[in-house]
Amino acid sequence: MSIKGKAYIAGIYEHPTRLALGKTASQLHAEVAKGALDDAGLTKDDVDAYFCDGDAPGLGPLDMIEYLGLNNVRHMDSTETGGSSYVAHVNHAAQAIAAGHCKVALITLAGRPAANAKEGVRMRYGSAYPPPAANFENPFRPTIVNMYAMCAMRHMHEYGTTSEQLAWIKVAASHHAQHNPHALLRDVVTVEEVVASPMIADPLHRLDCCVITDGGGAIVVVAPEVMRSLKRPPVKVLGAAEAPKHLMAGQPDLTFSGARWSGQRAFEEAGVKPADIKYASIYDSFTITVLETIEDLGFCAKGDGGKFVADGNLISGVGKLPFNTDGGGLCNNHPANRGGMTKVLEATRQVRGEAHPAVQVPDCDLALAHGTGGLLGARMGSVTLILGRDA
Amino acid sequence: MSDTATKGDAKRGKVRAPHVTHEDKEFWAATAQGRLLIKHCEDCGKPHHYPRALCPYCFSERTRFEEASGNGVIYTYSVQRRGAEEPYAIAYVTLDEGVTMLTNLVDCDFDALAIGQKVRVSFVDTGEGNALPMFTPA
Repeated sequence: MSIKGKAYIAGIYEHPTRLALGKTASQLHAEVAKGALDDAGLTKDDVDAYFCDGDAPGLGPLDMIEYLGLNNVRHMDSTETGGSSYVAHVNHAAQAIAAGHCKVALITLAGRPAANAKEGVRMRYGSAYPPPAANFENPFRPTIVNMYAMCAMRHMHEYGTTSEQLAWIKVAASHHAQHNPHALLRDVVTVEEVVASPMIADPLHRLDCCVITDGGGAIVVVAPEVMRSLKRPPVKVLGAAEAPKHLMAGQPDLTFSGARWSGQRAFEEAGVKPADIKYASIYDSFTITVLETIEDLGFCAKGDGGKFVADGNLISGVGKLPFNTDGGGLCNNHPANRGGMTKVLEATRQVRGEAHPAVQVPDCDLALAHGTGGLLGARMGSVTLILGRDA
Repeated sequence: MSDTATKGDAKRGKVRAPHVTHEDKEFWAATAQGRLLIKHCEDCGKPHHYPRALCPYCFSERTRFEEASGNGVIYTYSVQRRGAEEPYAIAYVTLDEGVTMLTNLVDCDFDALAIGQKVRVSFVDTGEGNALPMFTPA
């Protein structure tokens, strides 16, 4: 069974806060839920399916469904694949709708890592049992940055990718962020400024890294008959696919991501090719994340990503592949350190024609959103989603 | 045993000791004797890392540790320059036995490191009865 054409994104909301002092994480979940349902023209009583990830307060759906006062839920899902979770949730919501289990699915993400840091609140992530790899990784002091930096180092070694080419990804994001009043970083930067910013972990500079922000977002996915009753522009789910990638029991290849597999299957389901895509939201925890993903999705040949992203090729109105026109995680927002949500939100705005006019892609009838969760340098989840319009 | 870090370093948090489990206690006990062990499967014959009770290739329960030569090459690395008291190098090293492991590069000039460089294991005492297998240029 394919999900193609079986579900629509009817409502979206991105929380405007970037520092949520004075608000709880649960409250942020409720605020984004309300925002997305208002956008769709639905109420919480219409919601019959709820999705959140393992980072949601308490025991995921059980606590959040109670807190939100959702009383008509008959389908729930707490798939946890890090920052790619919400892209997977759209896929799973479409599957559940296609199977007839539900008609109105609400997906929420929220968190306050920046406020927690200011308040000295320590977060505990995940299972009470440590990851099975912990003893063979944690003693060697992996950080999120150095685990991505090692991918960049190997990609440079195999393909001659340069820091200047990686910097173009941040430059493009900054060109878009200048038009987003909610973006954390709105100043346009140059390649020279990126490579001159402090080195965090070779070869990634500070400006190769995404922002850390509070906030969140929500998505309402609905059945076709529900979409027809609503006033918002329909954004059709055309295809989606997921892929884990890991270290293969000690045989890692850090020059590619799971997008190699998720992308191919999502394109097959949607019946389109990379060259057909008019706008792409690409998970951008770091510049190298974007570069490897663009190659793996097939926008260029493996190893040619550096040349592909250079010279403004990702800037809307300038290049061939407008990406992350909200400013992305690199400049706008990376709520709760989980960027898959905002990837779906901006792709939806583009298909609706509701992105900022300065970055709106003309006649954007086909868009892609890609999420990356976990660590590109170890184990990760890739999820690719393709969205379009009714013919 | 390397003297790049001491028990004092361990107490100051510079060396993180593993929380030894039933599945890896043999590995960590060997590190105290300066031996690096890699898990091999007696059924399919393949080595794997990190070590599991069941072979991740064939699910055989007949897995055993074998001593590795301690020689390898750098697959990739990164020097963490910020967010730490002092810079340190993290790396994936591919052992001559064919498996790649996460580790640190020590006793070296961070600016002279290169992918493909030959390295040799160098154990750093955790102060808790075992040692971390790190690597230094051969």
